[in-house]
Amino acid sequence: MVDVLVIGGGNAALCAALMAREAGASVTMLEAAPRAWRGGNSQHVRNLRCMHDAPQDVLVEAYPEEEYWQDLLKVTGGLTDERLARLVIRASSTCRDWMRSHGVHFQPPLSGALHVARTNAFFMGGGKALVNAYYRSAERLGVQVHYDAPVDAIELDGGRFVAARVARTDADGTVRHERFEARSCVLAAGGFESNIPWMREAWGRNADGEWPVDNFLIRGTRYNMGTVLKFMLDAGADSIGDPTQAHCVAIDARAPLYDGGICTRIDCVSLGVVVNRNAERFYDEGEDFWPKRYAIWGRLVALQPGQIGYSIIDAKAVGRFMPPVFPGTTAGTLPELARKLGLDEAVFVRTVERFNAACRVGTFDHTALDDCRTEGLTPPKTHWARPIDVPPFTAYPVRPGVTFTYLGLKTDERASVFFGGQCSPNLFVAGEMMAGNVLGKGYTAGVGMSIGTAFGRIAGTQAAGVALGAGASAFETSMKGAHDVLA
Amino acid sequence: MSSLDALTREAAALAAGASGTSRSSGTPGRPAHDGHDGHDDHGGHHGRGGRGAAPHDADTAEVARVLQICNACRYCEGFCAVFPAMTRRLEFDRADAHYLANLCHNCGACLHACQYAPPHEFAVSVPQAMARVRGRTYADHAWPSAFGGLYRRNGLTVALALAAGLALFLILAVASTGSLWHAPMAGNFYAVFPHDTLVALFGSVFGFAALALSIGLARFWRGMPNDPDLPETDAGTQREAILEATSSALRLKYLDGGHGDGCNDADDAFSPWRRRFHHLTFYGFGLCFAATSVATLYHYALGLPAPYPVTSLPVLLGTVGGIGLLIGPAGLLWLNLRRHPLQGDPAQRPMDRGFIALLLLTSATGLALLAWRDTSAMALLLAVHLGVVMALFATLPYGKFAHGVYRCAALLKFAIEKRQPSRLQLGSD
Repeated sequence: MVDVLVIGGGNAALCAALMAREAGASVTMLEAAPRAWRGGNSQHVRNLRCMHDAPQDVLVEAYPEEEYWQDLLKVTGGLTDERLARLVIRASSTCRDWMRSHGVHFQPPLSGALHVARTNAFFMGGGKALVNAYYRSAERLGVQVHYDAPVDAIELDGGRFVAARVARTDADGTVRHERFEARSCVLAAGGFESNIPWMREAWGRNADGEWPVDNFLIRGTRYNMGTVLKFMLDAGADSIGDPTQAHCVAIDARAPLYDGGICTRIDCVSLGVVVNRNAERFYDEGEDFWPKRYAIWGRLVALQPGQIGYSIIDAKAVGRFMPPVFPGTTAGTLPELARKLGLDEAVFVRTVERFNAACRVGTFDHTALDDCRTEGLTPPKTHWARPIDVPPFTAYPVRPGVTFTYLGLKTDERASVFFGGQCSPNLFVAGEMMAGNVLGKGYTAGVGMSIGTAFGRIAGTQAAGVALGAGASAFETSMKGAHDVLA
Repeated sequence: MSSLDALTREAAALAAGASGTSRSSGTPGRPAHDGHDGHDDHGGHHGRGGRGAAPHDADTAEVARVLQICNACRYCEGFCAVFPAMTRRLEFDRADAHYLANLCHNCGACLHACQYAPPHEFAVSVPQAMARVRGRTYADHAWPSAFGGLYRRNGLTVALALAAGLALFLILAVASTGSLWHAPMAGNFYAVFPHDTLVALFGSVFGFAALALSIGLARFWRGMPNDPDLPETDAGTQREAILEATSSALRLKYLDGGHGDGCNDADDAFSPWRRRFHHLTFYGFGLCFAATSVATLYHYALGLPAPYPVTSLPVLLGTVGGIGLLIGPAGLLWLNLRRHPLQGDPAQRPMDRGFIALLLLTSATGLALLAWRDTSAMALLLAVHLGVVMALFATLPYGKFAHGVYRCAALLKFAIEKRQPSRLQLGSD
């Protein structure tokens, strides 16, 4: 029997597997995806939010614990567990040497992401390069990795893990069942955002009778079906996080249903106006800097009829935002643009002309909350308001893009799974499956990786400690590991 | 470097004259997708007035498509020069594609790190798209133009057949005088082929190769993307750029992966060996060339005709270079055989291997000649070696060797361009 079974194949699962193996445990990983799609949402991530009290290699200035905590408090609106959050924050300041020892390379942010040079360490090549490095290291250390191995059930004895069951579908359609016993187990199998029927059920219907989820796109992996999460919840594991909520941002409506990742973002909202299917504006496009607002726009668009919006800019904006992956729709005149978009021509022209007339242009500065704003317009545009009057005009369609779901398993600083308040002796949880403990709502760049890395490492250490036997030595190993992570 | 200097000046002059290399409008950059939301592409674009840039062909269009995805992602910015060069642009016309394709060292890092690589429906493979365009660069800029097609036919078989044919010709030439198998001549090559014959033979082949490559290079440089809105670079900046490009080329800076661990071969693991084998090949070739140059100097300036003793400078240079040129190409061939199929253009592998084989044969036959120059096989070995060397030089302008020439030009362009201000103000807010 293997010591530690890790269910999942993304960053948190890999961190757990590597830590458990380093602690001397034999480790098997079950990744639901085929090898080419391994890594879950981690293949799309880019950076790690890191606490640091002084400049550290790729990180400039300082980002102290308190500031990090305040940022987290702000984005979650208080929906966080301070003890666990501070644990994540402290771990983020010391984990990078360990990550480097497993082949992860860091770099300072380059074009288009300079605003996070102080707070975030970027992975050279992004998340897939990180995932590749971890898998290489895991294989070198002798971790047994199974791909195409989706877990559909877990055998529990009270709150104790016994075995996981995998149903593999062969090329010819036959289903083979396998059973993996282990002394302890780490659950790091992600959320349920790829499971459209579940998402549909969670979001429900709106007042117009629409199922909004039908018009959502999933920014990440197609393999986060939430099967393990659902099994654990049905088995009575304690949950955390709003089961009806997901983090969603405004992305290009033409993105693929899954795995559109970073390149589908639309970064020109604050440089123009956004109209809905009825050719009407619905929110202040210049409320704050775009990186602080893109998550809000996912939800705003989700609330519009047909869950679609159109970001409209004129020639003045070209070259001022990250180039979108799909070409925009362009036209020499506003009516022509409306026709091409299939919007009501008269309403669209009226909306833009009203906006143009309301603009009070001061000194335009896209790098500051400038004094260009509208007057007497509802909704207003409070910064960067300049008339849309220089052709060609360009439009990008936007839809809500789901990043992750918040529902997860309740845990503590040992990454334990709980059943009715009782701590499981050998079942641990990490990554998106427990991120809701720290991040009850909202998001800020790189914090998902901070949570996944900290809790993946704790869970792996704890699982190895349990598996390597009761007794003082194993306990010490376990505590030493926890101490290393917490130090 | 004086020719590069001249090219830089020429480029500046071209930029000032704003010839037909202006920006294109529009990019066919739409990745295929399943139309999940039923929203159609309206095919619009926001070009800045295309002024007659050459239209895309299938290969440059694929580079434009791929780079439009890359430019919206930018995770690979730390790997090499291609991505920083990309971020200076919003669209990629044919000239951009040729420039960036030749700036790409085919290290493979961005393929294995790519979240959009196959099986993703965006099917992004930067190294493959770039390699295909490089193949076109070589063919399009070949001189004489009619010889451009040779790149597609210059495979392993052609290279070896040419080497064998030339060697056979030389063997027969020697045999016709009845001196193929002879009494030992203490390594006196000129007893077999008179010095003047060798100079005339190799001088003309080498001279033609140099001329053909120079013309190709000049054509390539003239076709480079030039932004007429950017200020001209001053002489000091140009000198800096030339130094940087030279250093990048000589150190193979962009085969270090950006982190120093090297590049990718069969999979996502990094290895320093491609860079090391290339260094052995390049500097081995350089030393062999130096050996010939020193010998020429000995012959004409010092009046010291060959053969030279084993401890003499030409023989030492040739021996060390020959060993490098033996290990380097052997290693490159081994790595070439293991390369991931999405790295580069598999259709060009025969061309790669043809060049590698000729380099390998050059050093092997050269070292064999040195080892047995005092035996009766000397004339035979000499004929074979000269045949191989002649085949190598004859195919230089129409084979893999061209990559070095165009790569250096692209590195110089990059070094100049990065010193110019960017027109873009992508909000870093």
